[in-house]
Amino acid sequence: MSMKPRAMRDALLERIWQSMGDDKKVFFISADFGSPVLDKIREQFPDRFINVGVAEQNLINVSAGLALEGFTVFAYAIAPFITMRCYEQVRVNLALLSQVRKMNVNLIGVGAGYSYVVSGPTHQCYEDLTVMRALPAVKVYSPADHVSAASLFDQCVATPGPKYLRLDAQVLPVIYENAAPSLADGFHVHRNGEEIVLVATGYMLHTAFKVAERLAQRGVGVGVVDLFNIDGFNVSRFRAALGPYSGIVTMEEGFRGRGGLDAMMFDFVNRNAIPARILNLGVEPGYRFELGTRTELHELVGIGVEAVEKSITAFARNLSSTLVKER
Amino acid sequence: MANDLQGGVLVKGAMSLEERAKWVWRETLAVHRRAAETRIASSLSPIEIFVALYYGGVLRFDAANPLADSRDRCIISKGHGSICMYPILADLGFFPEEELHRVCQAGGILGGIPDPVIPGYETVNGSLGHGCGVATGMALGLKRRGSDRSVFVIAGDGELHEGANWEAFMFASHHKLDNLNLVVDDNKIAMLGFTDDIVSHVALRERLAAFGWECEEVDGHDVLAVQAALLAMKGRANGKPKALVARTLKGRGVPGLENFALAHISNPKPDVLDRLLEQGEDQ
Repeated sequence: MSMKPRAMRDALLERIWQSMGDDKKVFFISADFGSPVLDKIREQFPDRFINVGVAEQNLINVSAGLALEGFTVFAYAIAPFITMRCYEQVRVNLALLSQVRKMNVNLIGVGAGYSYVVSGPTHQCYEDLTVMRALPAVKVYSPADHVSAASLFDQCVATPGPKYLRLDAQVLPVIYENAAPSLADGFHVHRNGEEIVLVATGYMLHTAFKVAERLAQRGVGVGVVDLFNIDGFNVSRFRAALGPYSGIVTMEEGFRGRGGLDAMMFDFVNRNAIPARILNLGVEPGYRFELGTRTELHELVGIGVEAVEKSITAFARNLSSTLVKER
Repeated sequence: MANDLQGGVLVKGAMSLEERAKWVWRETLAVHRRAAETRIASSLSPIEIFVALYYGGVLRFDAANPLADSRDRCIISKGHGSICMYPILADLGFFPEEELHRVCQAGGILGGIPDPVIPGYETVNGSLGHGCGVATGMALGLKRRGSDRSVFVIAGDGELHEGANWEAFMFASHHKLDNLNLVVDDNKIAMLGFTDDIVSHVALRERLAAFGWECEEVDGHDVLAVQAALLAMKGRANGKPKALVARTLKGRGVPGLENFALAHISNPKPDVLDRLLEQGEDQ
C-alpha cells in the first residue's frame, strides 16, 4: 500500500503538535498563517501558541526573546515574508545573537518557488535560499516531500541555533516511502548515472526524476541526488557521491546565478578541486506576471521538464566533445 | 537619599544617586576622551536612567553571573548611546575596570557600539529598533515560565521611528505583559536633527497610552524622580505594560553639545573635554 502524500507543513506541524504535550519548551508562533493541524495546536496548547498577526518583524523578535528564555521556538509564515520582510531581525536577533547565546528558533517558510502558483511574485519565493544561506549561523533545509519535511523535527529540537525550513505549499508525491533520508548526510542519492549527475533541491527533485527518466529512454543515464541540507551536508560523503561524474547539474526553484544552490555548488567544487563542469539551472532572473499552471510557469522561466531536458542535452553534448578533445 | 542597597545586595560606597550620576557623567567623558569613536552626546542623556536602574534598587542583577536566571532583564536598545554603561558595569564588577582603558582597542571587549559579548549586555543593539521586540518576547517567556522577574528596555526616541517597535507595543498590551517596562530616553534629537523636524513623536505619552500601555513622564535628569517612577512601575501586576518617557537632553552638560541638533555626530574638542574633566575633579 502506498503512502498518501500530504502537505509538508501538515506533516511537520503534526510532529510538533505531538511533541508539545511532553515537551513544555516547544512554543509555536504564527504570523497569521494557518493549517488544519495548527488548529489542534491552538486548541490544546493555548499557552504555547501565539498568532502575532501580520507582523513578521515582531514574529522574529518575539521568537528571539522566547528562545533566550529557554523555549524551542517554531515560527511560521509564508516563505518570502518570514525571510525577507524581517531580514534584519533574522540577521541581528537570530543569526548574530545565536553566536553568543544558546537559542533555538526554527523558521518554517511555506511557499517555496512557484508553489503559490496564481498569487504572483509577492507570494512566490525565488530568493530565500540565497538570502538565508548568506547568514552563516542559519541552517537551511529544503525538503522534497512530506516525509523528509517531518523528519526535520528531531533535528530542529536537538540542534540549537536558527534554522530555515523551506517548505512547498503544494502536496507533492511521496519520495521517501520507506524511510526518511539521513539527516547526518544531508543529501540522498536516488539514482546513479554515467557522466552527469543532477543535484536538485525541493520541488526540483521531482523534475529531476522526470528528466532522468526521459534521458534514460534516449540512452543517457544521469544520476539524481536530493540535496536538502543546503550547506550542512556531510562533505566527504557528498564529495564521494559526486566523484564519478564529469558534469554536475544544479536544479533549484530559485533565481539562477544569484547565490543559491548553484553558488554553493561552485564553491564546493572549487574548494574540493572536483574536476567537473557545472550547469546551473534555476529561474531566469526577473519577475514575471504571466498566469498559468506551475508546469507552464516553470517552462516559461527555464526550469520545466522540457527546458531542463534541453539544457542538459546541450550540456551533455558539450561535455562529451570537451572530453574527447582532452583525450 | 542614601544608596547602599542594590537589588537587595550591598554595594560598595555610599554615594548618593545624584553623586553617582555626576561620577558616571565624568567617567563617560573620560572614556570618550580616550576613545573618540564612541557616541558621546547620546550617551550623556540616559545617565540618570541607568544610575536609577543599577544603583537605585530597581534591577536585580548578579555581576559575577550576568545571565543568572534570577536577574531582571535589562535590554539596552539604544546601544551606541549607552557608553555611560561602561563605567557603571565596570564599577559594579561585571568586568575589570582596566577594560575602560582600552575601549575600541584590539583585545578589548568594549567597542564603539556595545555588543553582547560584554558582560551585562543582554542582546544585540547596534542596529536600532530591535530592543523592544526582543524584550517583549522575553517578557512573554518569563510569564509562560511562571517567573516573576521583570524586563526593562531602554530605547531612544529616535529609534521609535522603526515600525517594529510599534508591532511590539501592540503585542505587549494585547498579551497583558505587565512585567515589561519601557524607558524612553526622550532627548528629542536623532542623528540629523530634532525628531520634531524629522517625524515628530508629539504626544508620545498619549500614543503609548492609546496602544494600551500605562505611561508616565518624568524629568529624566532628576535621578530621584526617575528612581521613584521606576520603582513604582516595576512589578505592578495590573495587566498592562509600563512606559516611562524620560525628558532628557542630548549631550547634557557639555557646552556646545547640549541640545545641539547635530549633537549625535559631533565630538567635543579634546581641550574642552580636558577642561570639563578637570572641573569634575575639583567638585
